[in-house]
Amino acid sequence: MERPDFKQALGRLLGPPGPEVGCEACFEELDRYVELEIAGADPDAAIPGLRAHLDGCPACREEHESLYAFVSGKQTL
Amino acid sequence: MSAVNAATVRPIEPTSSLPSLVPAPSSLDPESREWLQSLRASGRERDEAIARLHALLLGAARFEVARRRPTLPHLRGGDLDDVANLAADDALVSVLRRLDDFRGASRFTTWAYKFALYEAAVKLRKRAWQGREVPLEPENWGMFASAGLEPDTEAEQSELLATVQAAIEEVLTPHQRRVLVALALNGVPIDVLAERLNTNRNALYKTLHDARRKLREHLDERGLALDNSEEN
Repeated sequence: MERPDFKQALGRLLGPPGPEVGCEACFEELDRYVELEIAGADPDAAIPGLRAHLDGCPACREEHESLYAFVSGKQTL
Repeated sequence: MSAVNAATVRPIEPTSSLPSLVPAPSSLDPESREWLQSLRASGRERDEAIARLHALLLGAARFEVARRRPTLPHLRGGDLDDVANLAADDALVSVLRRLDDFRGASRFTTWAYKFALYEAAVKLRKRAWQGREVPLEPENWGMFASAGLEPDTEAEQSELLATVQAAIEEVLTPHQRRVLVALALNGVPIDVLAERLNTNRNALYKTLHDARRKLREHLDERGLALDNSEEN
């Protein structure tokens, strides 16, 4: 049975295969993306290329996770 | 709606936005409108709004610090609170400077929070790497190692890995190789590398993106399967 390590490592090295935005565009749209996610809408349809960027950029991914956690936590208080 | 072109990850531009649905300013929710009005006011009203905003940003920065605290055992509580305060201060400056950029695509507070979370995250990444050498040569090929594979699978992976390693040496420019190795192989945070190379995150990611595209094209030309390689 093949361990996932190789594919995961290759994925990290080669990044997402599809179109993606850059870090600047990601930051510009991140608040809208997160609110669409929290609302149960389809952020990937509204903001194409951002999810792929989150897959390829660990820093932006972390900041997305933080904003989602912080804003969704505020809304459930 | 047009798709974003993979070959042109756009460079940093303060007012850049994607070709997608953006509400007109008139669609601002009442709370966001109130924030803008009070922050654009003068005198005591503005001062009070700035103080309220700083408190919100500090809360977000402390949230980020708390999330990352387990990965920063060498930083004491006072150091971490200093980081949170500095992040909130810097975020406040950014929010006020960019107030006219707020389009109402989200609530004002969500828009503002991202500045505080970003500032705190960047500062903590840099603290974590303070005084450490940034590795620019491949260090982590071991993460590609798999054990207990069938001989055929092991041979396929070895061939693919050897081709990737050769392509990194032969296909990429020295700058692309350095950026790809540091970020995608050695796990150097992009903000840390940007600081060491005197550039910015967006420019580095563009370089990384171009390097990855070159590698993918090189492997594709050789008929090497990359299915599922996007998994993280």
